[in-house]
Amino acid sequence: MSILILTEHHDGALAGATAHVVAAAKAIGGDIDVLVAGEGVAAIAEAAAKLDGVSKVRVADNAAYAHQLAEPMSALINELAGDYSHVLAAASTTGKNVLPRVAALKDVAQISEIIAVESPDTFKRPIYAGNAIATVQSEDALKVITVRTTGFDAVSEGGSAGVEAVDFVADNSQSTFIKEELAQSDRPELGAAKVVISGGRGMGNGDNFKLLEGIADKLGAAVGASRAAVDAGFVPNDMQVGQTGKIVAPELYIAVGISGAIQHLAGMKDSKVIVAINKDEEAPIFQVADYGLVADLFDALPELEQKL
Amino acid sequence: MKILVAVKRVIDYNVKIRVKPDHSDVDLTNVKMAMNPFCEIAVEEAVRLKEKGVATEVVAVTVGPKAAQEQLRTALALGADRAIHVESDERVESLGAAKALAKLVEEEQPGLVILGKQAIDTDNNQTGQMLAALTGLPQGTFASEVAVDGDKVQVTREIDGGLQTVELSLPAIVTTDLRLNEPRYAKLPDIMKAKKKPLDVKSPADLGVEMATRTKLLKVEPPAERQGGIKVGSVDELVDKLKNEAKVIS
Ligand SMILES: Cc1cc2nc3c(=O)[nH]c(=O)nc-3n(C[C@H](O)[C@H](O)[C@H](O)COP(=O)(O)OP(=O)(O)OC[C@H]3O[C@@H](n4cnc5c(N)ncnc54)[C@H](O)[C@@H]3O)c2cc1C
Ligand SMILES: Nc1ncnc2c1ncn2[C@@H]1O[C@H](COP(=O)(O)O)[C@@H](O)[C@H]1O
Repeated sequence: MSILILTEHHDGALAGATAHVVAAAKAIGGDIDVLVAGEGVAAIAEAAAKLDGVSKVRVADNAAYAHQLAEPMSALINELAGDYSHVLAAASTTGKNVLPRVAALKDVAQISEIIAVESPDTFKRPIYAGNAIATVQSEDALKVITVRTTGFDAVSEGGSAGVEAVDFVADNSQSTFIKEELAQSDRPELGAAKVVISGGRGMGNGDNFKLLEGIADKLGAAVGASRAAVDAGFVPNDMQVGQTGKIVAPELYIAVGISGAIQHLAGMKDSKVIVAINKDEEAPIFQVADYGLVADLFDALPELEQKL
Repeated sequence: MKILVAVKRVIDYNVKIRVKPDHSDVDLTNVKMAMNPFCEIAVEEAVRLKEKGVATEVVAVTVGPKAAQEQLRTALALGADRAIHVESDERVESLGAAKALAKLVEEEQPGLVILGKQAIDTDNNQTGQMLAALTGLPQGTFASEVAVDGDKVQVTREIDGGLQTVELSLPAIVTTDLRLNEPRYAKLPDIMKAKKKPLDVKSPADLGVEMATRTKLLKVEPPAERQGGIKVGSVDELVDKLKNEAKVIS
């Protein structure tokens, strides 16, 4: 078996997600190559070469792959995939955008968001917003898979894989990058944070998210939100936790003014410890919370910040 | 410009599913079914483009069992002009659906195809991207804004770090995210009118597509249940528990 992993990177740095995908690849077994595609990615390739278990880093450094648009990226992976039994990527918005396109070019199914490897062709994945776990077996020769990073512990560093250039350049006259508006934050990434504190519709407005930020600063936490809070315009979309937002599994998740709809639970119920602060004692969030505090958040949050 | 919209019949998003006791699948007997929420957003976007004069015709398509015609009628009530049902009683995978849709794209020659980003049953998030590959068309996935301008479309995409805008040549494939629009409700007179709108039924064989499944569903289990915890009486007690019992803060 031989596995190709699409490396996740942002702002010139290797993203933490890739180390989790390498762990999934190790569970499958076989040689593991990673593909770094982008423009000016030498430093990312070097970082990827250090991931434990990686045999080779293949680098496609070309303006064609800047911004990782789906059309050139899938053409590139399609070109390389012939050498492999498995192609893996993180179930990030990049992996989700690119990999199904690769699968269809190869006329194979994609297995989305695996959380466990049973054997090289059999995987577990959540369905119905995580309310059921399916075990699926692929009957295709090439397995194209996205990996839910919370399902696999990151591999450590300490490897020293060789780095080689890939010359293939995809033409693309169909799509052009126009702009990106990225959220700026000094806080840890939602997916990687050990503590996450999220606010829901109960926060009332975007300004009140400051109440969460004070606590987040003290705990080194990332700040998340429910869809209702995002929809209401309190905070930007990249903060949404849930079935159709980000999936998180921190050591500590604090849900504030969030009712606990199944779509929200889908994104956080694998957290180690869950705290809920809600003024409605019947709120479903209390059914999954290890510690529930029935209180008005406008009283509880300032007090919590002060006592931490 | 013609717009093709793909809609899928799925379990209603409010229903909490149960797994069958023999762990063969989830139990859908007597469960309320509905149009996938992301597909409602896709239909709404297509209808708005028609109302703005950008599109001239909206064609709704589904691949699935006979009962899925209910969701096509819903799309017609919401403003689609006609519908195509590719009837299949077997389990349809995203690749199979994409193959059937690709054939319809060839037949219908739409300027834009709009799909949901994800079906809330399988949570696959694949079909639009696969359709784009099979038709050789560009894709704008997870759209929160779609602006057609001449022979191009600008799509603002919800990505992990924020928003990204790409420009695609038409025809193109777009998949919808939640904030693209807020779908309308069908009004009773429109529901009545929808019954008279044309609905074509085709088989995969009519389209010349092979939709055999590529994966086997070996088992479906309920997830590990969380043990319900305790209620704390005060912020002090909460901080104490987190420090000394759960040991997740210091
Ligand atoms: C297809 C689809 C996908 C979805 N995906 C997601 C997703 O990924 N993530 C997600 O979160 N949702 C998602 N949803 C939406 C989900 O169904 C819920 O609507 C949403 O999670 C509700 O958010 P909320 O808990 O903030 O709001 P509400 O349900 O309105 O809850 C607000 C809570 O705040 C409490 N509250 C109010 N004021 C106070 C106060 N002063 N002090 C303390 N508590 C207070 C209330 O008691 C209430 O429990 C999705 C829905 C659909 C249809
Ligand atoms: N059987 C189907 N019939 C019509 N459209 C489908 C079908 N399956 C998926 N789709 C479309 O593809 C979107 C994403 O589905 P999926 O990729 O399967 O999660 C859905 O929201 C639909 O728009």
